[in-house]
Amino acid sequence: MNDGVVWHRIQFAFTITYHYLFPQLTMGLALLIVAFKFAGLRRGDEQYHEVARFWGRMFGLNFGMGVATGIPLEFQFGANWARFSNFAGEVVGQTLALEGVFAFFLESTFLGLFLFGEKRLGPRGHLAAALALCLGSWLSGYFIIVANAFMQHPAGHELGADGVLHLADFAAFVGNPWAAWQYAHTMTASVVTASFVVCGAGAYWLLMGRDAPHALICLRMGIPFGLLATVLAAFPTGDRQGKLVADDQPITLAAMEGLFDGGPFAELAIIGQPDVKRRSLENPVVVPGALSFLAYGTFGSTVRGLNDYSPEDWPDNIELLYYAYHIMVGLGTLFILVMSAAAILLWRQRLQQSRAMLWVLMLAVPFPYIANTAGWWTAELGRQPWVVYGLLRTADAGSPAVNTGNVVFTTLGFAGLYFLLGVLFLSQVARGVARGPTAAH
Amino acid sequence: MEPLWYGIVFGMLAVYAVLDGFDFGAGIVHMFVARTDTERRTVLAAIGPVWDGNEVWLIAGGGVLFMAFPRAYSAYLSGFYLPLMIVLWLLILRGVAIEMRGHHDNPLWRDFWDAVFSLSSTLLAVVLGASLGNVVRGAPLGAQGFFAMPLFTDFRPGPQPGVFDWYTLLVAGFVLCLLTGHGALYLVWKTSGPVQERSRRCARHAWRSAIPLWGLATAATLWLRPQIFNTLFAAPWRVLFLVVMLASLYGVFHHLAGRSELRAFLSSSVFILTLFASTMTGSYPVLLRSTLDPAHHLTAANCLARQAGLQVALAWWSAGIALAAAYFAFLFYAIRGKVIADDDGPGY
Ligand code: HDD
Ligand code: HEM
Ligand code: HEM
Repeated sequence: MNDGVVWHRIQFAFTITYHYLFPQLTMGLALLIVAFKFAGLRRGDEQYHEVARFWGRMFGLNFGMGVATGIPLEFQFGANWARFSNFAGEVVGQTLALEGVFAFFLESTFLGLFLFGEKRLGPRGHLAAALALCLGSWLSGYFIIVANAFMQHPAGHELGADGVLHLADFAAFVGNPWAAWQYAHTMTASVVTASFVVCGAGAYWLLMGRDAPHALICLRMGIPFGLLATVLAAFPTGDRQGKLVADDQPITLAAMEGLFDGGPFAELAIIGQPDVKRRSLENPVVVPGALSFLAYGTFGSTVRGLNDYSPEDWPDNIELLYYAYHIMVGLGTLFILVMSAAAILLWRQRLQQSRAMLWVLMLAVPFPYIANTAGWWTAELGRQPWVVYGLLRTADAGSPAVNTGNVVFTTLGFAGLYFLLGVLFLSQVARGVARGPTAAH
Repeated sequence: MEPLWYGIVFGMLAVYAVLDGFDFGAGIVHMFVARTDTERRTVLAAIGPVWDGNEVWLIAGGGVLFMAFPRAYSAYLSGFYLPLMIVLWLLILRGVAIEMRGHHDNPLWRDFWDAVFSLSSTLLAVVLGASLGNVVRGAPLGAQGFFAMPLFTDFRPGPQPGVFDWYTLLVAGFVLCLLTGHGALYLVWKTSGPVQERSRRCARHAWRSAIPLWGLATAATLWLRPQIFNTLFAAPWRVLFLVVMLASLYGVFHHLAGRSELRAFLSSSVFILTLFASTMTGSYPVLLRSTLDPAHHLTAANCLARQAGLQVALAWWSAGIALAAAYFAFLFYAIRGKVIADDDGPGY
């Protein structure tokens, strides 16, 4: 691998990881805003509308960041991965074009109307604008997932005599079964983020002893959504994603689990540090047979380990992959516990008195972001050493003409610019939360 | 299929130039036509609900280029790597400036973001103008279909040119004047009072300087790439391009003087669209010219994706663009009339 590709990978990984910090909230929050508005209309309760307006403002800020950091990605496919774009552009380009034409026009038009047009549109019109916005963001999620699913598990293509991929079957491409589960899992994960954020703000206001009615509205909406989404993230969506990986990317599965020696009754590692050189897992705490069961449905199923494959087909950063995966699953399990506890307290009407629970909810806000990021790193590192699984290796996908010095330079530039953006964004969000749900703007 | 997709891609980019062009232009003149805080809020409010949607034309056009001409997409973006990154950073800064300005009352905070907004808009017009010049002039494409280009070499449009040479800088200067005039006309249409008066003056000056630069840029293109004019005027009806451009140019001055503000803005939109269309018609079928060897040109024929995929795409594209046009019509209708900046936040 020429070392230029390493810098392309670093640059791309950085910009896309950063981008995804914003859409994961956008998509889930759009749904919750629709729920607040809907509940407000049904109950005729102005406080729900105030909460919806507050989250609308936060949505606007977040959306702006999503736009600003999303535009580079659209062009980085060509800039950083020119040979990948030549090879797969006829197929992957379809979804990027679909996303622009169907989702982004919709979102950008209705965002303006949603933010500035409540008076002109009236309550029903405003709810319709919120719905359109939600639809737009969920659509853009689907199209981009189809692109990614194609890279994980190509479908609907044919390899031409000219050495590049052509689209053969549009329906098979957009209906890729991998995309269906990946989308379900990603969207539930995005609702996890949004519910934790909404609950976190509510918990903060209650702990500060202010805005109690609005805080309770946030918690009453956020906790049920959060409980449902955390459970769905693990089962069935996460579980089914795992089974797809087991079937279609067995080497990836072995690496995610740190499984070197395969066989029947394969064990699931809960804790342990992989030592790739010596091909073993240190300090393992394992559940015997569990991996065979989770991957293939019976304890006796054979799971192949990394030793069954040639190292050149292994993902090239097994350590990071292993930890990313374990962080996601570990946090996912904790989220279910937290949301269940919060739901029980809410149901018994004891949440408001339980400062400990409120503290937990407030401090939990960053963790869904970590879980989402870790999940994507699992998917993307696990796909290595391929860009398009089984068809094109990452080492052959870079841009031959781009000087590595330029990539290093612009990576530093992105780091500086995004740091600045992050500081500005966080300070505005903090100000918004501190001013509370009833402030004018 | 080739002329069709060539037309679709460059048509979307031409619409982008007209739409984002006016909000770049508004940014360029921002500091001059708006002096007080209320006036500045007025300018920002005039583009507030539309600028993000305008930018989507670039994103969607890029997506369609990727799908329909993958080889051209990867050659352009990897070859123009550095100017691309500069454009991306400027777009980000500009978006942030529009977003952040209103969040604090502090006058220094506001002045700072006003300056960032104005400067990034100006530089964007320059870099995008130079990019247009680069596409016309060509790049040192090799047999692999790739090239690398530094920002500048000896400032001569030879076989190993830089992104900036005298030719592309000339085009950039012309585009800067053009977008300044275009954006000022948008503000004339959308605002009233002193902002409108100053925008009117700005528009007149900018268009007056654009005319000689247009002449110079055309002469330089004729000298450097005469093929473009041969292709453009290969069919006699294409003289219409020139007629439309001259008529719309007349329209700009005529309606500006006659105070029909919307017509003046529409005339300048037509001028930009036709300028873009004639340049691309003249370049057809070349997507990117090689300065080394005509055998390495990237053309509509040697870059086009296979039929099967594009047939499906044509169906969904037509439906999607009709929807997008409807959203835009609805949006411009919803914000019809002059913008007002009152104390509880600017708006229509
Ligand atoms: C809040 C976020 C979150 C939570 C709690 C979970 N996940 Fe996840 N997971 C994601 C967020 C995520 C993600 C970021 O959305 C990913 C990245 C790619 C994708 O499709 O979704 C993902 C991918 C992903 C993959 C695909 C990896 C690949 O494609 O190679 C698997 C197998 C799982 N997850 C499994 C699980 C399981 C068994 C969980 C049970 C607790 C779980 N995830 C919780
Ligand atoms: C938003 C969530 C995503 C995150 C956080 C993410 C993260 C990453 C990371 C960390 C890498 C580097 C992997 C490595 O170098 O080993 C990578 C590579 C890449 N990803 Fe993603 N990714 C995301 C979504 C996507 C999607 C939706 C697509 C496709 C549409 C995509 C396309 C690519 C490509 C083309 C590469 C470069 C080639 C490669 O290294 O395999 N990514 N991504
Ligand atoms: C390679 C991957 C990606 C590319 C090329 C990309 C591209 C973009 C672009 C260009 C925008 C700005 C749109 C506008 O101007 O309105 C954007 C925003 C957005 N992206 Fe991405 N994106 C990528 C990854 C993802 C992923 C993985 C998701 C979700 C699953 C996603 C969901 C969204 C959403 C919902 C928005 C709307 C704005 C926001 O939510 O903040 N994107 N993206």
